[in-house]
Amino acid sequence: MLLYAVRRVLGAVPLLLGVATVVFLVLALAPGDPASVYLKPGMSPETLEQIRRNLGLDAPLHVQYGRWLLSFLQGDFGQSLAGGMPVKDRILAVLPNTLLLASVALFLAFAAGILIGVVQAVRQHSLLDSVLSGGSLLFYSMPSFWLAIMMILVFSVNAGNVWGWPVSFPPSGIASDGHDLMGPMEQIRDRIRHLTLPALTLALVLAGGIARYVRSSMLEVMGQDYIRTARAKGLPEWRVVWKHALRNALIPVVTLMGVYVPLLLGGTVFIEYVFAWPGMGRLMVESILLEDYPVVLAGTFLFGAMVVLGNLLADLLYGVVDPRIRHGHG
Amino acid sequence: MGSWIPEFAMAMARWVQAVLPGLPHLLRGRWVEGGAALSLWLGLLALAVVRFDRILQAPGGRLDERVALLTLVLALGAVWGWSWRSGAGRGAASEEGEGNRGGILPGGWRAFRKNRMALLGLMMAVSFYLAMLLTPFLAPFDPLAMPAFDETGHASLRLAPPSPSHIMGTDQYSRDIFSRILYGARISLTIGLLAVGISVTLGTFLGAVAGYLGGVVDSVLMRLLDMFMAFPGIVLLLAVVALFEPSVFLVAAALALTQWPFTTRMVRGEILALREREFAEAARALGFSRVRILMRHLLPNAMPSVVVVATLGIGNAIVLEAGLSFLGLGVPAATPSWGTMVDHGRAYLLDAWWVVTFPGLAIVLAVLAFNLLGDGLRDALDPRQGGTVER
Repeated sequence: MLLYAVRRVLGAVPLLLGVATVVFLVLALAPGDPASVYLKPGMSPETLEQIRRNLGLDAPLHVQYGRWLLSFLQGDFGQSLAGGMPVKDRILAVLPNTLLLASVALFLAFAAGILIGVVQAVRQHSLLDSVLSGGSLLFYSMPSFWLAIMMILVFSVNAGNVWGWPVSFPPSGIASDGHDLMGPMEQIRDRIRHLTLPALTLALVLAGGIARYVRSSMLEVMGQDYIRTARAKGLPEWRVVWKHALRNALIPVVTLMGVYVPLLLGGTVFIEYVFAWPGMGRLMVESILLEDYPVVLAGTFLFGAMVVLGNLLADLLYGVVDPRIRHGHG
Repeated sequence: MGSWIPEFAMAMARWVQAVLPGLPHLLRGRWVEGGAALSLWLGLLALAVVRFDRILQAPGGRLDERVALLTLVLALGAVWGWSWRSGAGRGAASEEGEGNRGGILPGGWRAFRKNRMALLGLMMAVSFYLAMLLTPFLAPFDPLAMPAFDETGHASLRLAPPSPSHIMGTDQYSRDIFSRILYGARISLTIGLLAVGISVTLGTFLGAVAGYLGGVVDSVLMRLLDMFMAFPGIVLLLAVVALFEPSVFLVAAALALTQWPFTTRMVRGEILALREREFAEAARALGFSRVRILMRHLLPNAMPSVVVVATLGIGNAIVLEAGLSFLGLGVPAATPSWGTMVDHGRAYLLDAWWVVTFPGLAIVLAVLAFNLLGDGLRDALDPRQGGTVER
């Protein structure tokens, strides 16, 4: 297992370098002078030249690339143009929020997706199966930003007053205004209430695809000999399904987790934007509108890095659940 | 005696065939084709009657009006011609021919036809593109007109809820949402097609090269692919749009940038598998050049999978483009795309649910159409996959 883990970690390092390289490529290919974002009215050409020299833009491209790579991997992303704070500080301030949202949504999505997929596989060709399949495909086809707005419409704007919906959730932000004045239990409740809609929306968009995958994985396992053996020795059906079949069906689902990391993180961009959730995605969109390029580039790099790390985690997890992987060809 | 009766029946059948294409199929129990042809025929005719005045002005009108007229004529002609060819007494023979003809769907049309959901997707996709082309005739109102009051001159049309005259309501400037959705389809639907065209061409080429040459070229390309796949599509898109000047071509190219790795990886896998098959070996034994083997023997066999990836990719591109427009970073255009409409409607969420809901529904339905179609094509083209799953 250790050898397998070391190999995986070593494989992720060049990928991380590659991610930084892609970001550099986008910047290098972009038209215009990167220094021109510092341009202010009344600035003399000499000052601009000085800025270029300070930024290292007078160096040849490969030298710029080397410096860029070195500073990015050290976590030095330069200064934000809006407010002049280091980009690193701005990102560190919002990164935990994104990670919280993404991890809760990932958990909900897989819990719901696995449950739906198993139910569909057990009741294959039934009406329930078709309805759930249709529902999965529908949510799978939905743009997350639109679903987010619809969730706000149903569970926040119109909840209670029009349709007599029993519960309503706050449509935006991470905590209420009086959050600091609340008791500890109240604070946790408040945070959970604010997290509910964003996490649920993101999970709904992802769960459909997971359910489809789990369904076909379960159906394949249910046809195996050991399932027949388990049934033949008189085990109750729920044990056959939930212990014997599901455990084996979930092994490929772990790899799916790696596939879903980019979708999950991409989804947070829209969810954070709609729900005013102060995270990485929202910061990136705001920075684009403010033309704060250092933040945009650092955000792009970090999203790529998070995907690489997420895939690494999924790979390691795969090694844990499937002994064939870690002992075999690895 | 009485030999005129079957002759008369035949004449009647021909006549029905000519006036109501699809009806003979329907009567023979081919519900899907018959129903689709007949409803398309009747719908187009109804449109031609209702919008007769606009059609009369179309030949000398704007480009989109002339395109719409051409579409109308071609669509009517296509339905009629199809019905005539496949329905006029040659039913069985032509059906046999259809099954064996399709190049990309080798014998798959029949399997495809059995898949109701896929057919539904195909019909939805076709009607979306037809509606897009026929927009100048279909749209009840000018998408940019901002009338302050309705026909009676009394009630304000600002944020009017759905009603018989404005079936999807109006927005904050009293513009008809249904008309705007029809016009908005141009950007939403064509950018998806353009992006997939670029990414599939590039991806197929790179995948074929990587798969067939192998070695260093393959490893370098695959590492490059891993790097691009590490970015969530929307993030890469945001970075590109932030640094470049947005235009239709840039957004399409950026969308293609997020999509090509999927095609490349799939084509590479296909070529790697096909390369070892007997027919490829035979081609090598015959001394054909590598280019010829790749182009004439391997790639045509990989095409079905390319079609599937492309179909699913269109849906993906439509969602991404809508997202980009929603964030206010999409293509600047006279008539906004669906994503922009959702974005603008967000400010009126409290008073007018219809402004955000209907453009979003249009996105969902368009994407759903391509997902259904892609899934159906995959099942039809790859019976193995469907077989093991549906054991």
